[in-house]
Amino acid sequence: MVTAEAQKKVQLQEVNFYYGDFKALEDINLDIEANKVTALIGPSGCGKSTVLRLINRMHEVAGRTRVEGRVLLDSEDVYSPGMDVVGLRSRVGEIFQKPNPFPKTIYDNVAYGPRLQGRSSRDELDGIVERALRQAALWKEVQNKLKTSALELSGGQQQRLCIARTLAVEPEVILMDEPCSALDPVATQQIEDTMDSLKKDYTIIIVTHNMQQAARVSEYTGFMLIQETGEPGRLVEYGLTSKIFTMPDRKETENYITGRFG
Amino acid sequence: MSGARRQLVFEKIAHLVLALIAAIAVAPVIGIIIFLFIKGGPALTPEFLTSMPTNGMKAGGIFPAIVGTLYLVLGTIVFAVPVGTLAAVYLTEYATQGRLTRYIRLAIANMAGVPSVVYGLFGLGLFVLLLQMGTSLLAGSLTLGLLVLPVVITAAEEALLAVPQAFRQASLALGATRWQTIRRVVLPNAIPGIITGTVLAVGRAAGETAAIMFTVAAFFLPTLPDSPFSQAMALPYHLYTISTQVPGMPEEIKWGTALVLLLLVLSFTLTAAVVRARFRRKRRW
Amino acid sequence: MRTAQKIKEVLIGKLILACGVLSIAVVVLIFVFLLRDAFSLFDSYPLIDFITGRKWYPISEPPVFGILPLVLGSLLVTAIAILLAIPLGVGTAIYIAEVAPGWLKEILKPLMEIVAAIPSVVLAFIGLTLLAPYLQGLLDLNTGLTALTGGIMLAFMALPTIVSIAEDAINAVPRSYREGSLAMGATRWQTTQRVVVPAAMSGISASVMLGIGRAIGETMVVLMVTGNAAVMPTSVDSVLKPVRTLTGTIAQEMGEAVFNGPHYFALFAIGLVLFVITFAVNWIADLVLYRYREGE
Repeated sequence: MVTAEAQKKVQLQEVNFYYGDFKALEDINLDIEANKVTALIGPSGCGKSTVLRLINRMHEVAGRTRVEGRVLLDSEDVYSPGMDVVGLRSRVGEIFQKPNPFPKTIYDNVAYGPRLQGRSSRDELDGIVERALRQAALWKEVQNKLKTSALELSGGQQQRLCIARTLAVEPEVILMDEPCSALDPVATQQIEDTMDSLKKDYTIIIVTHNMQQAARVSEYTGFMLIQETGEPGRLVEYGLTSKIFTMPDRKETENYITGRFG
Repeated sequence: MSGARRQLVFEKIAHLVLALIAAIAVAPVIGIIIFLFIKGGPALTPEFLTSMPTNGMKAGGIFPAIVGTLYLVLGTIVFAVPVGTLAAVYLTEYATQGRLTRYIRLAIANMAGVPSVVYGLFGLGLFVLLLQMGTSLLAGSLTLGLLVLPVVITAAEEALLAVPQAFRQASLALGATRWQTIRRVVLPNAIPGIITGTVLAVGRAAGETAAIMFTVAAFFLPTLPDSPFSQAMALPYHLYTISTQVPGMPEEIKWGTALVLLLLVLSFTLTAAVVRARFRRKRRW
Repeated sequence: MRTAQKIKEVLIGKLILACGVLSIAVVVLIFVFLLRDAFSLFDSYPLIDFITGRKWYPISEPPVFGILPLVLGSLLVTAIAILLAIPLGVGTAIYIAEVAPGWLKEILKPLMEIVAAIPSVVLAFIGLTLLAPYLQGLLDLNTGLTALTGGIMLAFMALPTIVSIAEDAINAVPRSYREGSLAMGATRWQTTQRVVVPAAMSGISASVMLGIGRAIGETMVVLMVTGNAAVMPTSVDSVLKPVRTLTGTIAQEMGEAVFNGPHYFALFAIGLVLFVITFAVNWIADLVLYRYREGE
């Protein structure tokens, strides 16, 4: 019988994660709802970004890593032997902490993904670029300078460009790793507004060290913690954002929320 | 004198001595370059650079030697740049930290240290004889290509490492394969560094004598080389023969030839430095 | 990924791997080639006589292939070069790294790069045309083409190598060492002498080793400037007499050697000796540098 439980977009089940011999994550269990924004909060170094990278397997890019447990995207294990990692990454996009547009034009940045997928017709690319930039709420500001360098944009604009770039490949899930930490408050507001308009079409998971932001933008929140340095990160509590921030179940969560430790 | 005062005097003396040493190290070179200009300058006429040698080399120009050197340099680049760049790509983008990588790096360091005359022997044995290319531009270019390979690899590697990881990550996160990322994002941004390495390699190849002695160089050819399988004259070898094998050689021609070779090589070095400097300034990341 | 793309990706990966491994292949191949032709000599000529023989008469009947005079010649010329190049090179490196004001650094460093770029045949030519006659007149010699002349010109070839690597090593010494010393009231020179240079010692040693490697492997300078007499340089005044090196021998005689004859093989055998020597020198330098980098 297909229940509401079985339709979660992304699921982590009993996941342990190792960098070399060091256990960085222990027993992570997480169900991400489709078309919602889920936030991961917790002090620095507790493994929030690591959890994110489990989903698009970006940790495999650097160094020896090992994953135990299952990570499911639409009920399919992304670590199964037959999984096409490259294809996976066009279904699960990532926005990085520091905006990293390519040193190319705005147009070429957004068109990069579609071109990888073999699209080359001018009209088709124009259409994709415009759609992506509109969805990222950047079109109006750049429509007349698509051929200028992306590096000339402001920090907030660059980050929205990175979002547009990711949207151009039409992912299903968007991972955001502290996307606003390098931005000023105005730019941060723009990104948060964009997130809000994107969630009806995409599943968004955001890592943030800013609790107020988590409370503003997300429907669900997960709180992570490490007991002390050298210990693996654990998911302490997970649930509706409204509950986590008003009546958390766990003492550690409450301490963090109320600022008793950073 | 107090201890501190004494130490300061020692320091002054020591610094002076060091400055003297540096001057001794550097002055002769400046002197050499000046000498070359003074004694070789008068020979540098357009005719000298564009006409064939006559009268058993004792008159006329050095055109065929210049042409031969340029052909050799071209052949060297054609071989060494693609292979060297890909080898650098392997080291920076594909290799793990394991033993194979360490051996490769050791091999590259060794290739850089092998005497050029040993490359000449190798080229003779492999290209000229075993592969039956004969003494030819082809054999010479391949030999020189091997000789300069470490230079290209080192420069290309430096250029590739300078491309920020963030670009690679962004590309991979968008669903690009490793090669797509290299071809579309990493390599294009490493091109200036690769050019620098290429030009340095060219400078090195242009000045090489021992490696071309048995693989391509000829004492005198009445015609210019017309195929990769021809022999060729070359500037370094020409300078060697006219200073040691030809009695009664006019001084001016010898100095002129030396000056032309030096200017050729220095222009490459200068170009490489300029490319490197401009690239550093233009870089926006 | 479509299958065609996946295949292309794998093929390209293999090509790139091949290019990476090529360097190992080349080194091995050079060694094998030299070995093969060298051993053809040792079929008919005893290895021990080759290595310890004091006479090199390749065109006598029967030919005598003793490389001792050549080895000693190489060692003598290299020794002279290094004796000159170490103080000059390390001193210059210290000066550039520790003493020279900024504007002077910007002049000296490019100058060193220019020296490094000068083709060896040009330096050899200068040695032949300028230095040799000068020394001949100055010291009243029969000929100016001597081990000393060769050694001096070789020093110029080794100098840039020593300067650049030693300078890197000195610059790599952490600022905290210098600051610690200065904070105790030491002068800059005392700091340089007692703290910085000792800390950079393994890098400096590596630079010297690489300079030695460069000098031993040099051909044109020794060919044109050392007089090319294959005699045993065993007395003190051999410094002022002509001498022959391993490299010079190959360059000088390969043109006359009959293909696949004993002389030809003997020259390859010399090549093998050179290869082994420079391999060993490079290996030791690499060990020293590797240890130095590890210790940072």
